[in-house]
Amino acid sequence: MKGFFALFLREMLIIRKRFFKMILSFSVSPLLYMVAFGLGLGRRLEMENVQYMVFLVPGLVAMSSMGQSFAISSEINISRFYWKIFEEFQAAPVSNLAIALGETLSGMVRGVMAATVIIMLAMVFGVRIHLSLYFWMSVLVNTFIFSALAVNTAMLVRTHADQAMLSNFVITPMAFLCGTFFSLQSLPGWAYFVVQALPLTHTSGIIRAAALGNAVPWNHFFIALGFGIVFFVSSVYMVKRVEA
Amino acid sequence: MIKIEKLYKRYKKISALQGLDLHIHRGSFFGLLGPNGAGKTTTVKILTTLVRPDAGRAVINGFDVVKEPASAKMEIGVVQQSINLDMELTAKENLFIHGLLYRMPYKAIKKAGEEMLSFVDLENSADMPVKTFSGGMKRKLMIARALMHKPEVVFLDEPTAGLDAKTRRKLWIILKKINQNGATILLTTHYIEEAESLCSEVGIVDFGKLIALDSPKNLIQSAGHIVVDEMTEKEIKSHFFLSRREASLFVERLKGSALVREANLEDVFLKLTGRRVSP
Repeated sequence: MKGFFALFLREMLIIRKRFFKMILSFSVSPLLYMVAFGLGLGRRLEMENVQYMVFLVPGLVAMSSMGQSFAISSEINISRFYWKIFEEFQAAPVSNLAIALGETLSGMVRGVMAATVIIMLAMVFGVRIHLSLYFWMSVLVNTFIFSALAVNTAMLVRTHADQAMLSNFVITPMAFLCGTFFSLQSLPGWAYFVVQALPLTHTSGIIRAAALGNAVPWNHFFIALGFGIVFFVSSVYMVKRVEA
Repeated sequence: MIKIEKLYKRYKKISALQGLDLHIHRGSFFGLLGPNGAGKTTTVKILTTLVRPDAGRAVINGFDVVKEPASAKMEIGVVQQSINLDMELTAKENLFIHGLLYRMPYKAIKKAGEEMLSFVDLENSADMPVKTFSGGMKRKLMIARALMHKPEVVFLDEPTAGLDAKTRRKLWIILKKINQNGATILLTTHYIEEAESLCSEVGIVDFGKLIALDSPKNLIQSAGHIVVDEMTEKEIKSHFFLSRREASLFVERLKGSALVREANLEDVFLKLTGRRVSP
């Protein structure tokens, strides 16, 4: 377990050194979305029977925590291609499971940090959400999915540019199409069917349900958890593949 | 002890290793010499389990690097060619993370960290971020890190690359001490004088094969102790002689200018392959 802890601790030490810069950078986009969509566009708008800003905040929590936990892939790639630190992990007697676990948990911490920033910003805008155990479990599942996915993609790509391209193709469409900014009920039937295949659809649904104090959609929770488990198992394999 | 038998590795169309055989004895300071692309780094990467061979076998202290990678990894310390330190972390933090990776107890990590920083003369920079270090300090820290878990075999893949001559010589003293403390060392280098000064045994590789293996002194003697560099209009042509007298007689017969000097490992390589080691 020390191997896993070494990787996790390394990322935490880096976060500690960059803490204020990270918090600041995590705030910019959500703040702009809240001002532009929440205060500007959605001031007189209601979505799923709540004020649009209240609807938007859980979506931003889902989107931002997804983005920041997935961003661990960039960190891994910098350590692989630029600093070559990843070789140090591979040369050490550390299992592939420990590497995948250490990096996934580090990504999850980033995601939870991003979610916390949104909650604080929402408070500034006068939006209160239900911060229940179920809410935090939903956030953790969301960060688990995208952090594990990030480890996969980080092992798959051969250059840093490939990573940016993957983010554009995978993360950006999800950020806008999976119920973060609008209700999925307004989508046409075929589009609704397509977005059900994307993990953020399920996590944004469970995060919003928890944040608004609605009934827990456990089916979506377990589907999301399933995505996370599949991505994590494959990330262990992908780490092994890079080693060979 | 390192044993390499019929090692093959191919990257797409390039054959990096073509049946490399090598046996390095416990406690020796072994230099693997060769030009860029000869297969030195691939050999080190296979021995350090970072790359899988296509065929053949590599064993470190009895542990097969493919079949028992975790056990083999515990035996070795690695100083990679590129500087792979965490620049944002301090020297101490870099060593601490390494200690955890090698399953060392916390107290042992702290003790070994202090010892190693003192060994490479970096104790006063322990709490400084690595990004503020000079190239020489970074190389020293990489050496300290590789020694943290007291490995029996140390791989040094061009550890002095890019350093000035003065810093390089300071690092040689550290490398000699590591070997004197009992570690087996495999050093790859472009610097001929480095191999001559440090290594008890040298293997010359070219196109993924071992083409010569002996002590630097014997290799030089086998090539011819004295070299005459004949300067022609188009090139410098080197001629090898067993004695200075034979060389002088040859020079007397030459029409153009010539330089008479003692042979070195570069000449050995030139004589064996027709090419120079240095880039």
